[in-house]
Amino acid sequence: MSHQMTPYLLVGAALFCVGIFGVLTRRNAIGVLMCIELMLNAANLNLIAFNRFLGPAGNTLTDGAVPTNYYGPLLGGHAFGIIVITVAAAEAAIGLAIIITVYKNAKTINVDEINWMKW
Amino acid sequence: MPPTTTQDIIFLALAFVTLASGIAVVLLRNLVHAGLMLGLSFFGVAGLYLLLHAEFLAVAQVLIYVGAITVLILFAIMLTRQVVGADTAPVSTQRLVGFATALAVFLVLVRFMYRREWPGIFDNTEVLNAPTVLGRQLLTTYLIPFEVASILLLVALVVAIVLAKEETVVSLTPKLNTIYEETDSPAKEEEK
Repeated sequence: MSHQMTPYLLVGAALFCVGIFGVLTRRNAIGVLMCIELMLNAANLNLIAFNRFLGPAGNTLTDGAVPTNYYGPLLGGHAFGIIVITVAAAEAAIGLAIIITVYKNAKTINVDEINWMKW
Repeated sequence: MPPTTTQDIIFLALAFVTLASGIAVVLLRNLVHAGLMLGLSFFGVAGLYLLLHAEFLAVAQVLIYVGAITVLILFAIMLTRQVVGADTAPVSTQRLVGFATALAVFLVLVRFMYRREWPGIFDNTEVLNAPTVLGRQLLTTYLIPFEVASILLLVALVVAIVLAKEETVVSLTPKLNTIYEETDSPAKEEEK
């Protein structure tokens, strides 16, 4: 089971949908942010699973012969995962800064009470 | 069907921990508890990364998500002081809609997962010493994404400081008013 791709994709999909449910139902802005982090994690899990099971040039090592300039199979999924983690960190920092500023102004962070931009 | 191995049991346990604490994040009324559950969920995902032979990402996940983001979120919860109560509970009227949407997305994803024929599935366990390989590739093949990520972090750092600084947004309107009053008052005096 841990040597197949679909179990990992299933876990990722389930985690993503849990995040969607949370984003749609949480009233607290910080709760919404937490659920977005869950969704980013689910996407990241998918990227890593794809890289392991579908990665380019992954099976060049099976014959045992290793070229001299061989850097190993391309780890594009891992690089993408690092980008996603970076984006998540930036998003958390900026999102929480915005939430704290909104709280200073409105004394609430309920997303259904913050509707200043709605006309 | 291959026999169940130790790795399978570990995978099942990690998947259960990840999903259960994820659901707890969504449903718990107390936001601090939800934040702690979020950290547990991140730990589960880090374990899954280890199973997928992504050692560097697993460590980075623990350092950044569990160590930094969870603590940041807990600090923000304490700063805004809306920990318990009806305010933090999910809206009951939106629950049905939210559940239906999540279920629909899940069904679509699962359908794609099983209908699509993946090109050349193999078990890529031969990636030995993956952090070394990843480090080399981050500075050769994936150099531009790496640099873009570092610039993004720098910009986010500056923006977060500017946003959260005292009296930037809070006193913006009063400051503008005083400026207008100052510029208006000499003109009014001249009219008199």
